[in-house]
Amino acid sequence: MRAFAELLDRLVLTPQRNAKIKLMADYFRTAPDPDRGYALAAIAGTLTLKTVKPNVLRQLVLERMDEVLFRYSYDYVGDLAETISLVWEPAATGKPASGDLSLGTVMHQLETAGRANVHGLVRDLLDQLEGSSRFAFLKLVTGGLRIGVSARLVKQALADMGNVDVTEIETLWHGLSPPYVSLFQWLDGKAEKPELDMPAVFHAVMLATPVGDNDLASLDPKDFAAEWKWDGIRVQLANLAGTRRLYSRSGDDISSAFPDILEAADFEGIIDGELLVGGTMRSNQATRTFSDLQQRLNRKTVTRKMLEEYPAFIRGYDLLFSGGRDMRPENFLTRRDALSALIDKAAPSHFDLSPLVPFSSWEELDRLRADPPDPVIEGIMLKRLDSPYTSGRSKGPWFKWKREPYNVDAVLMYAQRGHGKRSSYYSDFTFGLWTESDGKDVLVPVGKAYFGFTDAELEVLDRYVRNNTIERFGPVRSIRAEADHGFVVEVAFEGINFSNRHKSGVAMRFPRISRLRTDKLPRDADRLVTLLAMIGQPDANSGGTREPMQGPVV
Amino acid sequence: MSMKPETLLYPTPKGLFCEKGGFYIDPVQPVERALITHGHADHARSGHAHVMATRETLDIMRIRYGEAFCVSTQEATLGTRTAIGNVTVSFHPAGHVLGSAQIAVEALGMRIVVSGDYKRRRDPTCLSFEPVPCDVFITEATFGLPVFHHPDDRAEIAKLLTSLRQFPERAHLVGAYALGKAQRIIMLLREAGYGEPIFIHGALARLCDYYESEGIALGDLRAATVDAKDKQSFAGAVVVGPPSAFADKWARRFPDPIPIFASGWMLVRQRAKQRGVELPMIISDHCDWPELIETINEVKPGEVWVTHGREEALVRWCELQGIAARPLHLVGYDDEGE
Repeated sequence: MRAFAELLDRLVLTPQRNAKIKLMADYFRTAPDPDRGYALAAIAGTLTLKTVKPNVLRQLVLERMDEVLFRYSYDYVGDLAETISLVWEPAATGKPASGDLSLGTVMHQLETAGRANVHGLVRDLLDQLEGSSRFAFLKLVTGGLRIGVSARLVKQALADMGNVDVTEIETLWHGLSPPYVSLFQWLDGKAEKPELDMPAVFHAVMLATPVGDNDLASLDPKDFAAEWKWDGIRVQLANLAGTRRLYSRSGDDISSAFPDILEAADFEGIIDGELLVGGTMRSNQATRTFSDLQQRLNRKTVTRKMLEEYPAFIRGYDLLFSGGRDMRPENFLTRRDALSALIDKAAPSHFDLSPLVPFSSWEELDRLRADPPDPVIEGIMLKRLDSPYTSGRSKGPWFKWKREPYNVDAVLMYAQRGHGKRSSYYSDFTFGLWTESDGKDVLVPVGKAYFGFTDAELEVLDRYVRNNTIERFGPVRSIRAEADHGFVVEVAFEGINFSNRHKSGVAMRFPRISRLRTDKLPRDADRLVTLLAMIGQPDANSGGTREPMQGPVV
Repeated sequence: MSMKPETLLYPTPKGLFCEKGGFYIDPVQPVERALITHGHADHARSGHAHVMATRETLDIMRIRYGEAFCVSTQEATLGTRTAIGNVTVSFHPAGHVLGSAQIAVEALGMRIVVSGDYKRRRDPTCLSFEPVPCDVFITEATFGLPVFHHPDDRAEIAKLLTSLRQFPERAHLVGAYALGKAQRIIMLLREAGYGEPIFIHGALARLCDYYESEGIALGDLRAATVDAKDKQSFAGAVVVGPPSAFADKWARRFPDPIPIFASGWMLVRQRAKQRGVELPMIISDHCDWPELIETINEVKPGEVWVTHGREEALVRWCELQGIAARPLHLVGYDDEGE
């Protein structure tokens, strides 16, 4: 348990992606089975445990401790599980210290304990574990493990550990379950790659590379098909041998949030497409924005009201399996014909086909890209007609050619120190735009960015922050930002979500600082209304009122 | 008790005052006569006329403030009773940092012990705390909450050594208070078998030299300066400096540094996160909760006065035990490393 507890402690405080991967890979290399498999499940969120209610824990600790002292402690720490892990004093007459209990042992005891015994078991385990392990244990049994590691990252750590490609892990992932002994045996080189008996597994998706400066000059438009790049999330829908699953691009199972789509999927096979909210083109209704789609994302369950107000559908891009037949070796056009036939027969309310964009030259396509027929388009996809469907991102078969980003000039308002190489630089910036409040112009924060600038520009920004700090709140500095004194930056971003968590009511997508505007005064920076106008005023929950897309539909 | 303890020693805005002896203990403003428990800046300030302290504490004040830090000094020998006016004082080891002492003040059969800052753990850089029987024990309460259980410091040092193996390309920047904590960390690393050169911030140099001259061998210490213009020479190195230096431009000379902080506060994860610490080392020069309790049980004072820190919890604990206790509400003393 101690090694797992130490891993969690390190992961929580380590911001760098590569360092996190290294910490996890090292742990997986050294920890025994089944401990590492349970650890993997805990991190990836696939562990199913009977959870213990906070009240039970509170009762346990108050058996031993004065309530007033506990309250002082809890007020200070602020987290129940952490407080209990810290104040817990092993019973004086308790069992002799048994050394370090393994994670596997703890899991086994929890799995086999009857409902009625959980109380006593938790008390016993708290007595037998030391500080950090107590914390890890309490986080596991309260279901409150938050360590800032995505499923994607932990899979990358597994790939590093076994020196295999991450797509192999993603393909296996949903066919395996905790404590993943066969997976680790394979990664250790001690056994063959596990055979899956579930057919509806995730297959790593095919990814595109961005169009670079000179990429197109050497390519013939006749070799490529163009499609709009829709602004939803890329998904894979599998329906094979009675199992239906919806996966995100990185292989997370998001089925439970989209029962409407699973129910409508009456064809056998695996398709690749964009998950969107609104109406399909076949039902002649508008596609709604990413902001609306977000209402449906990251949910464990979904209400009937949600399903009605934010109907989801899939816009098909590709076909991986037709029934049990593997279509991936076929060329793009063959796959697309088969996909088109399959979608023709599928439910019109939940499936449509991503239309092709006819073009004859790159210049023509560039013009179309600059002025797409639907606001939910974020660029163009280029797909080689003769390319098979291959996992991962290799340059050549697929390109993405994104619309130019939006730009605003904003004023720096707050700064925070970075991490690692940047721990002595103020490199995380909150910036704002002007708006009117009580008859006066004030700055309201609209986003946060910590990249886009060069190292030399960072020196300039850092110096400005240090010389113009007006207040400090813990690690955050508030920077001088007045009409005639302040720092203006050009911020590039991909779009805007409407958000009631932010004072400005908006949250930028993928913002970065694209230029320092030392030539501008804060009074020349943009206004919030300008930002809103750029992307169309919020028209909340009325996705059906917009005109349907009038683009070239093939 | 023939007299009320409050007539022997009582808090004033300048610090704890002994009227019968005409002196203050650890005064926070300049006074005529000061008795100093230890050399940390919030306890040992410059500008007093007459200062009595252990030889080491006087040396440390001289290093920090220069020869003119006061008008005259008086060296206190541990365990020796000295008369000042109508009272007798004696100094006893406190185990906090080199030279740190508790001060016992006696008059008319009443003895009050001012512990100053103290700890009970073994520390290879200073003498261990000695319990002194007394009527009133004045204890600090920096970590006076039941949450504080400082782990074995060897395990904390092991975390650093593990990280050095895992991330040999990164500089390991250990934030540690310049007096006491820094030298203790270095000694603990040496005891754990770490023989590489340790790089130190300029603010530590004179104090480390002083520890060396007192017979505390810190091994190969080098200035963390960029002479070779080569950042990479700090790859995989341990660099020790005051915590404030790591947010400073000074830290830019190190390759992809891991911010580390050695402090009792690092026990609380949110504290570490807020400060951007990636590797917390829970090592404190103060008592944790069980040690505070153990000390009160061992000293068995008639009364406990609680000062700087989280007074209310320790007072509550004393009440539950039937020990008379009250908070002193002294001002001007810092939390460790903050």
